[in-house]
Amino acid sequence: MKFLRIKAIAKKELIQIWRDPFSLAMVFVMPVMLLFIFGYAITLDVNNLTTIVYDLDRSSSSRELVAKFSESGYFTIIEHIDDDKDIDKYLDSGKARIAIAIPADFSKNITTGKNPQLQVIIDGSDSNTATIAMGYISAISELYSQRLKGIKITPVIDPRVRVWYNPELKSRNFIIPGLIAVIMAIIAALLTSLTFAREWERGTMEQLISTPVKGPELITGKLIPYFLIGFIDMAVAVLIGTIIFDVPLRGNIFLLMAVSSVFLFGGLSLGILISIVAKSQLVASQMSMVITFLPSFLLSGFMYPIANMPAILQIITHVIPARYFVAILKGIFLKGSILKLLAMDVLLLLIFGLIVFTVANRKFKKRVI
Amino acid sequence: MKANNIAVKVEGVSRKFGDFVAVDNISLSVNKGEIFGFLGPNGAGKSTTIRMLCGLLTPTSGSGFVGGYDIIKEYEEIKKDIGYMSQKFSLYDDLTVEENIDFFSGVYRVPKEKKKKRMEWVLEMAGLNERRNAITKILPGGFKQRLALGCAILHEPPIIFLDEPTSGVDPISRRNFWKLIYDMSREGTTVFVTTHYMEEAEYCDRLALIYRGKIIAEGTPNDLKQNYMSRDVLEIDVDRVVEAMEVLYRNGIETAIFGSLLHATVENAEQEIPGIKRILEGLNITVNKIEKIIPSLEDVFVTLIEVA
Repeated sequence: MKFLRIKAIAKKELIQIWRDPFSLAMVFVMPVMLLFIFGYAITLDVNNLTTIVYDLDRSSSSRELVAKFSESGYFTIIEHIDDDKDIDKYLDSGKARIAIAIPADFSKNITTGKNPQLQVIIDGSDSNTATIAMGYISAISELYSQRLKGIKITPVIDPRVRVWYNPELKSRNFIIPGLIAVIMAIIAALLTSLTFAREWERGTMEQLISTPVKGPELITGKLIPYFLIGFIDMAVAVLIGTIIFDVPLRGNIFLLMAVSSVFLFGGLSLGILISIVAKSQLVASQMSMVITFLPSFLLSGFMYPIANMPAILQIITHVIPARYFVAILKGIFLKGSILKLLAMDVLLLLIFGLIVFTVANRKFKKRVI
Repeated sequence: MKANNIAVKVEGVSRKFGDFVAVDNISLSVNKGEIFGFLGPNGAGKSTTIRMLCGLLTPTSGSGFVGGYDIIKEYEEIKKDIGYMSQKFSLYDDLTVEENIDFFSGVYRVPKEKKKKRMEWVLEMAGLNERRNAITKILPGGFKQRLALGCAILHEPPIIFLDEPTSGVDPISRRNFWKLIYDMSREGTTVFVTTHYMEEAEYCDRLALIYRGKIIAEGTPNDLKQNYMSRDVLEIDVDRVVEAMEVLYRNGIETAIFGSLLHATVENAEQEIPGIKRILEGLNITVNKIEKIIPSLEDVFVTLIEVA
């Protein structure tokens, strides 16, 4: 490996990126755009559930119960209806997801000591939201019943639950670090996936391979500028995550960037390998999307817990580098993990990078066919 | 080792692509410092041959040496000693003139103390001094060609391979380009150049004609004209060229159009001139001139292809 050649290639590559508005946009705008789109779109928090109330009792007790629902912040009462047929109308059209029906004997039952009834209808087509809503409804009813009873008569276990790492249980805190990992996996491969293919398509590769330049020099020279860009992208993503999405960064920022570099090395090398194998820009960009996008999104544990997957998928997740990077970023952001705890994941990322880099070097032939 | 004055030597080299034989068992040798022209129509196997010599393509069979290195085993070593200019313009057209030169001096590892001098030399040679900061894309073809040549020889290689260097370039630029090739050859550089322009072939020290993957003739331009043309060439100046061509064809005489003139290949000029004149004048075609000429390379080539 000769420094002079690597330097010449890195410099040339940087000038080319800089001069091409399309590649510049792809390099700097795309990751930010992805982060915003997915960051705002993906939320697992259930709130603002549209609710209608069918109150036949119209007593102070029934009004108090309804108030409890709306005060909780999870339910938005959009309408009070007078006709039970309207329940169908609202739920069918999707205008409301919850209907609360309070029977006429609600307050009478409370005063006579009977168990008052409450009917709740939930739109179960989104089962996840429905389950969470059911939990909220039971909790609110429970609180209301306790208030009615006044003093607790029977001793009950009173669990004092403390939520660690994400005390507010904000799903954004858990999504954003994983999302950064997934976006970087996609961007890294995409960045480099065009570099060799472009030279083959434009015919410049033929000139290049007639020179004494060596494969590893060419690959390293092309990696360097994209590594810098990937590093900047990563830093921007972390800034957006902490400042705009307000995700806490509890760990060490230097550790975060150092580990990201290890990941970038593997991701960029993967793009180079794709570019070498594909030889055409179109094929290369499609390949890099297929290879990185879906696996990183679905199988990295970024949104869907790996532990819940079928055994065969769980095995596959082990060869997806984003899996380790997602775990690392969640660890550093939310738990403030130190290197010792992440060592295994980092090591696996490094091994992945080295394997892909080596394969890319093997696959690159200074031959026209 | 090969004799010291031989720069390129190949024996029995073939290259197949599937069933297609692009280069069929060719042998040739190029002396140091000469301009060796590799002639042939498009698709004859010129580029395939040049790529094998430059170590870009492995021959299916055969052996050879370029600059003392084995084309099969030491193809990477060859690349230090050669400059290659491919048929398609292959510099970075989104880089400026200077950036391209700079890039290739880096890739060829031109030493720091020489770099500046070589850069100026290329700019001077290509006539791009004024346009050193221009994006390569906007340059006219002739300038691009000379810049590409300059970038390919920044490291002053002893052998250069040029694959149709003047295709798509205007005649004046072509002439200037050949002057450069002459100059380099005079300074001792071996030049291996492919072309399909016959008039360019005249500038070469030696030639090989390739047709359908086979070398069908080899020698100096004069050798070719004398040895491969046992028959005579007549140049005929008539007023109705196409008609004349048809009538001669009906009488069993093959002709080819050269500008406004006809060239006919015959066994013996002196014996046949009166007959031809009679045929043409019998149809009221005015014969301004009919005479035996020294065949051009194109005549030779046309004749050879007819035979092949």
